[in-house]
Amino acid sequence: MTEIEKRQDRSPVPSAFDYAPAPESREIVTLEDRYDLFIGGEWVEPKSGEYAPTISPSSEEPLAEVAYAGAEDVGTAVEAAGEAFEDGWSDITPAERAKYLYRIARILQERSREFAVLESLDGGKPIRESRDVDLPLSAAHFFYYAGWADKLEYAFPNRKPKALGVAGQIIPWNFPLLMLSWKIAPALASGNTVVLKPAESTPLTALLFCDVVRQAELPPGVVNIVTGDGRAGAELVKHPGVDKVAFTGSTDVGKEIQRAVAGTGKKLTLELGGKAANIIFDDAPLDQAVEGIINGIYFNQGHVCCAGSRLLVQESIYEQVIAKLKRRMGTLRVGDPLDKNTDIGAINSKEQLEKIKELVAAGEEEGAEIFQPPCRLPEKGWWFAPTVFTNVAQSYRVAQEEIFGPVLSVLTFRTPDEAVEKANNTPYGLSAGVWTEKGSRILSMAQRLRAGVIWANTYNRFDPASPFGGYKESGFGREGGRHGLEPYMRFE
Amino acid sequence: MRLPVKKTYKLYVGGAFPRSESGRSYDAEGANVARASRKDLRDAVRAAREAFPKWASMTAYNRGQVLYRVAEIMEGRRAQFVELTGDEAEVDAAIDSWVWYAGWADKLAQVLGSSNPVAGPYFNFTVPEPTGVVGVVAPEEPALAGFVARLAPVIVGGNVAVIVASQKRPLAAVTLAEVLATSDVPGGVVNVLTGRKDELCAVLASHMDVNAVDLSGADDEREELERLAADNVKRVVSNGDGQSPWHVAAFLELKTVWHPIGV
Repeated sequence: MTEIEKRQDRSPVPSAFDYAPAPESREIVTLEDRYDLFIGGEWVEPKSGEYAPTISPSSEEPLAEVAYAGAEDVGTAVEAAGEAFEDGWSDITPAERAKYLYRIARILQERSREFAVLESLDGGKPIRESRDVDLPLSAAHFFYYAGWADKLEYAFPNRKPKALGVAGQIIPWNFPLLMLSWKIAPALASGNTVVLKPAESTPLTALLFCDVVRQAELPPGVVNIVTGDGRAGAELVKHPGVDKVAFTGSTDVGKEIQRAVAGTGKKLTLELGGKAANIIFDDAPLDQAVEGIINGIYFNQGHVCCAGSRLLVQESIYEQVIAKLKRRMGTLRVGDPLDKNTDIGAINSKEQLEKIKELVAAGEEEGAEIFQPPCRLPEKGWWFAPTVFTNVAQSYRVAQEEIFGPVLSVLTFRTPDEAVEKANNTPYGLSAGVWTEKGSRILSMAQRLRAGVIWANTYNRFDPASPFGGYKESGFGREGGRHGLEPYMRFE
Repeated sequence: MRLPVKKTYKLYVGGAFPRSESGRSYDAEGANVARASRKDLRDAVRAAREAFPKWASMTAYNRGQVLYRVAEIMEGRRAQFVELTGDEAEVDAAIDSWVWYAGWADKLAQVLGSSNPVAGPYFNFTVPEPTGVVGVVAPEEPALAGFVARLAPVIVGGNVAVIVASQKRPLAAVTLAEVLATSDVPGGVVNVLTGRKDELCAVLASHMDVNAVDLSGADDEREELERLAADNVKRVVSNGDGQSPWHVAAFLELKTVWHPIGV
């Protein structure tokens, strides 16, 4: 590094920029005091009698009461979905089915801001992300799959595709509406009906989605939303009326689900955790690569299954990259998710914050060196400053276990072979990043990395046309693209 | 008794509605309809060529949304189209045709393209790309649904069109042009010419800046037109009836790219 470069990278972060608050208004959202279950096109009180509040993680404010479905409620929903499948959804022409999905896509576009604000309120993610990433992608997902509904014979030439029946779908709290779209759009496009259970801590956009279903005039029972916790999910998985189970969440729960459906003949897809390696070679354009690292791990507070949570940096550029990274971390703004200036929002729940703290403490104990930029965190709510661990060994918990928070672990390598070996040395295999100017190296790394999604000179790019899913214990099955239809079909 | 204001039926070129530069019209369906000249056609090709780079470089998703918007606006004008054609089923089919093709925009590459397993350390892939300016002679019947069936597959893949409408029944095409003009379709992507096919088809088939032609609506002199098309090796497309992604593929080029794989 030259003297000039050294000086530039160590200079203090300018404090002259004090951003005036730029809050997005909450007024666009109307919250009910209490939400029931959405079954057979109606709001239905839970037979379980159970309700619990959903909390805004940035303020600890209870937003609304939400029903917690019991076994009987889940059964009612599955029956409603089964009836809708028999009496109508599979009978209407595929072209008409497509039109319902197009309606849903267009309504999501029309109500985009309302959903974005609600998403940030309920889940804690910055409004810039819910507005600019979650909502457009959710609408695009419905639009893309709408187009397949009456073209299935072209997606599977010569295979005579048919719908499976009722899909039981369980989604996580990190991208609530987007995960709902990833599940419902292909399921409906291929002629199935669904019972979807949103995550316990983020039910509100799924519940508002029921109003989109109403506006689109979707036949009753085609989409059923049963809110609740893990118990409701377990009931859904084991219900005999469910023909297909789709789950996105932790690897541990994914394994439980796989055990639960063993021997039942139910089709299963799993999209589980990850510990992705983000690999920087010495010929990478460094400033862009640093932006890529930041985006890879701090986007959505690191609550991303495919987050680039392990930085593998080539030894020759280690000092430079770390200096740039730390400086850039100092410019990240942690704060109110509804403020348009915010880069990093709230941690989704108290439980998740505890998990992050536990793993970070383990990292320090094992001997990794921790860095957090000075960060004033709000008093109420659940927050964690962006964190980076250096001096990390492959065996440390922070290099092996998924933290699911804004915590990056840094390791080094000398040769491409070593990078590949370290990157693949994990039971996970969801994603990876490669930063280099050399095209042939990109393709060679892509060929050798055991991960379902490889980003080269970019990170965290999603598109409904692009199949997404993992290798190994990150799950199986793909969502997005033509391949995303297959899990929802049976073939003669 | 109130006297209705009668409509003037003009050409649709470059996003605007000019009269024919020749000042001529002809009698069709009880109206004076613009009678396009060879110069109008040349202007239309130029407008199309200018519009091509932007339309071709829009994301497929965006193009799909534009075609869906055409269906939305056309649905809003359903009553007008039913009055013009006298056939509800034909109007519904035309609207649904836009919806069907809209859904193909972001899927063509997945069905028509491929990554190819060559016998060497190379990443090799084939992608479809639009060919450019496509000349279309729309069928005489059905005047609306036939027009849409020939036009939608041309533009969904990123091509731009110069289309000669049904000579006997051109009013539905001109009304459809009004829909296109208000549906976020960039000006010049579709150019609609009305007039006498015997004055226009040969000019279209021989135009050196037209990349492909669909002559399904040119009943007379097919052989002569196809011979003229050879002057710049135009792709002469004969799609059958119905709808199919292969109707779209007929207007797409295929590009194959090689890149070594290695450290």
